[in-house]
Amino acid sequence: MLAMDYRGARRVRAQQKPMPEIQHPRDVIVRVTRSCICGSDLHLYNGAVPDTRVGTTFGHEFTGIVEDTGGAITSLKRGDHVLVPFNIACGQCAFCLEGLFGNCHESNPGATAVGGIFGYSHTTGGHQGGQAEYVRVPFADVGPMIIPPDIEPDNAVMLTDVVPTGYQAAEMAGIQPGDTVVVFGAGPIGIMAARCAWLFGAGRVIVVDELDYRLDFARQYAPCEVHNFHTMKDPVLFIKKATGLGADVCIDAVGAEAAGRAMQSVLGRKLKLQGGSSTALHWAINSVRKGGVVSVVGVYGPTATMVPFGNVVNKGITIRANQASVKRLLPRLVEHVRSGIIDPKALITHRFSLEDVSNAYRIFSSKLDGCIKPLLIPPTAE
Amino acid sequence: MIPEDYKKVPGWGVDADPKNDPTYPMRLRDPDLPRGLSWKRPPLQVATVEILHSNERPGLSAVFGEASPPKGVSGVLRRYAFRHSESAYRHWLPLMAADRIGAIEGIFEDLGTGRVPNIIKEKGWGAEWKFNRKAFATRILLVTAVAGAGALAAWVSIRD
Ligand SMILES: [Zn+2]
Ligand SMILES: [Zn+2]
Repeated sequence: MLAMDYRGARRVRAQQKPMPEIQHPRDVIVRVTRSCICGSDLHLYNGAVPDTRVGTTFGHEFTGIVEDTGGAITSLKRGDHVLVPFNIACGQCAFCLEGLFGNCHESNPGATAVGGIFGYSHTTGGHQGGQAEYVRVPFADVGPMIIPPDIEPDNAVMLTDVVPTGYQAAEMAGIQPGDTVVVFGAGPIGIMAARCAWLFGAGRVIVVDELDYRLDFARQYAPCEVHNFHTMKDPVLFIKKATGLGADVCIDAVGAEAAGRAMQSVLGRKLKLQGGSSTALHWAINSVRKGGVVSVVGVYGPTATMVPFGNVVNKGITIRANQASVKRLLPRLVEHVRSGIIDPKALITHRFSLEDVSNAYRIFSSKLDGCIKPLLIPPTAE
Repeated sequence: MIPEDYKKVPGWGVDADPKNDPTYPMRLRDPDLPRGLSWKRPPLQVATVEILHSNERPGLSAVFGEASPPKGVSGVLRRYAFRHSESAYRHWLPLMAADRIGAIEGIFEDLGTGRVPNIIKEKGWGAEWKFNRKAFATRILLVTAVAGAGALAAWVSIRD
């Protein structure tokens, strides 16, 4: 079967690989119909996530048709079209039982700090991802959801990560009616977080990024105020002046590249918001009001990240962060898509064949051609 | 260490407020839920390749991926890394080094199977050429010029 293959930092290709097999009674094999490239895949692509091994297939946002089922699977059958949450959850460990499906303890041997994620390095379990014609889905009786007939496939694939992560960013922020919310990052997650902030009753939503084409999109889509930080001398001062005391809530939808870049920032290199580093989190902590909330969904590496932690203490800031608990949120979010409150497919700007994966990664990574969200379609999709 | 009969500690729980729970998604708190490593485990996947696991857990998780098992020099580094906890740089830095070495090993592996990797294509330079020609060409020229100047300097210094 054809699959994306990681060869080293900023080198990926499509190549033939062995078909995945059932390895556990609760596995299914799905034939992928759609697979997105995620902004967080770019951390892998750039070689920033430790234990990203050559020969692995990325992709944690995908839909597909069930081709084969393990012996213990009764909830799915061959031919079902499913959307698959990016986190792999057993449904019975201490964390799953608490509803923390993004923090399962039975799907990732490589690290206790994070649950299993499809196609996201051996630090999240070494699972092959969905940027392929076929993929193995463990614990398929827990995660996957049969796509309701009235949910379009392009919306379904966005429900695997972008919508729940953006929504949870706003949810974790504990937004109260009338609150001013500042979102750092106008990638798909930041745009979705800005959209969802209104659902919790925000009174003002501001998005900060460095790319005008993304800010233009966010302004239309969320809708919200947008600002390019390159036009500001000091983004924190700008937010303070714009809000009086600081934002009630700041959302970090950028994240940092892992150890390599973090060390560069320790060495005093000036890093860009979209490229990684803890800049966004730094600005979020310093731009929020005293007693405010900082909600973090940006991906950070497992080692130290420099932030002004003294200000967290002195300002009495609450920091909330997690990988989205996709399974918990799906019923609510399917309703929001169904009713038209959220239109996720509008974020998809590019469609590539899986064979063209090298160019797809480059275009997304280098922010070329107005790309916001790219979709990969395998040859066997239809 | 919390005493076994901690409920007998004077004042235990007098100010408990279950609503004051900052965990999101809201953690479902049920006193009957198992505590610690005591849940009924799913059936366990049988490993057919070498799987490294964090030393912060007693063994493998119930499921795992079998992609790219450790091998070669990078594999030696990865095995070393997993002897140290997730809190240690001695865990993460060797893994980062192993990733770099693994990429070089991957090129030799390609060559060993008679495949010359098309690195320009893999890097998606075609896309840069199509959508970002001017900046991309400038960067390539700059890198070439710097490398050329370096080579010239080296040649001159050897001749001297
Ligand atoms: Zn994602
Ligand atoms: Zn679990």
